Amino acid sequence: MFDAIQAFLSGFLYEWLAITITLVLQAVAVILPIMLVVAWLTYAERKVIGYMQVRMGPNRVGPIGLLQPIADALKLMTKEVIFPAQSNKYLFILAPILAIAPAVAAYAVIPFSDGVVVTDINAGVLYVLAVSSILVYGTVVAGWASNSKYAFLGALRGSAQKISYEIAMGFALVTVLMIAGTMNLTEIVNNQQGGILNWYLLPLLPMFFVYFISGLAETNRTPFDVIEGEAEIVAGFHVDYSGMTFGVFMLAEYAMMILISFMASIMFLGGWLSPFEGIPLLETLFSWVPQLAWLSIKVALLLFVFLWLRATFPRYRYDQLMRLGWKVLIPLTIVWVFVVGAMKYFDFGPWFN
Amino acid sequence: MSFEQFIFYVLAAIAIISGLMMITVKNPVKAALWLVLAFISTAGLWIMAQAEFLGLVLILVYVGAVMVLFLFVVMMLDINMAILKEGFTRYLPIGALAAIAIFALMYMVVGPEHFGLDKIAAPAAKPADYSNTTEIAIPLYTEHAYAFILAAVLLLVGIVAAIALTLRRRPSGTVLYQNIEKQNRTEKSERLEMVKMDAVVEQPAAEDKEEEKK
Repeated sequence: MFDAIQAFLSGFLYEWLAITITLVLQAVAVILPIMLVVAWLTYAERKVIGYMQVRMGPNRVGPIGLLQPIADALKLMTKEVIFPAQSNKYLFILAPILAIAPAVAAYAVIPFSDGVVVTDINAGVLYVLAVSSILVYGTVVAGWASNSKYAFLGALRGSAQKISYEIAMGFALVTVLMIAGTMNLTEIVNNQQGGILNWYLLPLLPMFFVYFISGLAETNRTPFDVIEGEAEIVAGFHVDYSGMTFGVFMLAEYAMMILISFMASIMFLGGWLSPFEGIPLLETLFSWVPQLAWLSIKVALLLFVFLWLRATFPRYRYDQLMRLGWKVLIPLTIVWVFVVGAMKYFDFGPWFN
Repeated sequence: MSFEQFIFYVLAAIAIISGLMMITVKNPVKAALWLVLAFISTAGLWIMAQAEFLGLVLILVYVGAVMVLFLFVVMMLDINMAILKEGFTRYLPIGALAAIAIFALMYMVVGPEHFGLDKIAAPAAKPADYSNTTEIAIPLYTEHAYAFILAAVLLLVGIVAAIALTLRRRPSGTVLYQNIEKQNRTEKSERLEMVKMDAVVEQPAAEDKEEEKK
């Protein structure tokens, strides 16, 4: 479809302009649904946590509160953006942009079904890792530019935490690459064909947990939200942000949560593959379900776990958090790299053929 | 102008401008951020040269880790720019001389007469399934495996040295240390004592009397 648009546009425009317009259209086609999902994810979060804490959650705007995200967005957009005294204006505005740009840019390589992907590059995993590693600048720049103690403490915590957990996350993905033998996300999913047993969940079960825990730390979700830590440092790095600049930080956090869920589903849970593959009756019964629906169900389940954890766990103390990252998760991943190496050497299970 | 040229010139312009800003801007935090931008645009140029592995690793390692640690340190420094700028004019001639010498050396080695399509032919575009990662990995882990392991050991020695230099254990009497294993092994019986007592309902009699007085 986009090729046709590009061909049509290059009929009467410069070639580079036609390509740029097509790229922008593609980006909008991916970003718009993601932003809508983000909006109703905030609603889902409040509802889920509400019911877990035996209360109703938002239920005033629209039927059962369904229009609450729109009301929230309108409220944030109409609020004044306050610049703290002696803050650095340019960097103060730049920080939310730095937070959301990588969170959105990473979706360029995420395949939503077989072949439905903006750019099918062969270093997809590395791209996602690289782009999400830029994310920390949003936090750091916000904390420094605000000219506030609490924001600065949040920024320092954030930079140390994200670097620590990125290592564990990278190693967890290395084990996936060792099994799949490719960094292309579409190929990684296609290598998992043949039922639940062929997914990488089973041989890499500890790595799945390591990836998800690191994902929690990367997105600053409870129990690792020490960079916000409202009981200790008010609201951490975004304490001085108001209005839509604050809203953009929230958008980035939720977009990142969805990205982590997408990556975990693609890497470990067979992506868009049906869980009933290879089971005689169920496979035909569910063959009408589109690939995107399977992927969405897996992503939604993981997102629910994000919300569930938030309602369940208290915040980690900072030294405990560092200890978990460096002394538990990283050694575990290194051991598992060797385990996967041994599994590959002995052609263990259905995963290595 | 083709699309590739358009992207190339944009990235090259950003790289040069941010490099210049990095050395001219006064604030060290801003300088570090300009350097980050220079890294990112350079990574884009490498990716355009079909070295996507190197480009992405440049972002992952330098932008995602090294520069964050750098910022971490630079942000906490309270640098007085006035003292730092002291003696600028005094050392200007020496500095200018050094700069000119370095520029001349670089000009001789990487000057324009060494480049151009007649010196180095344009590399043929690789097919779509060409993987830069495997191209780098195969010689790295076969031909140069020995050098690779040596480099890894060198880094390990660096890590051990850094930890050994900064590790400071004070005698246990002077400071309190946490024993995490002991904390984790703590059980309910060590911390919590259940006390049985009769349910007592407090009588509000005393309060009533006080209110009557008022």
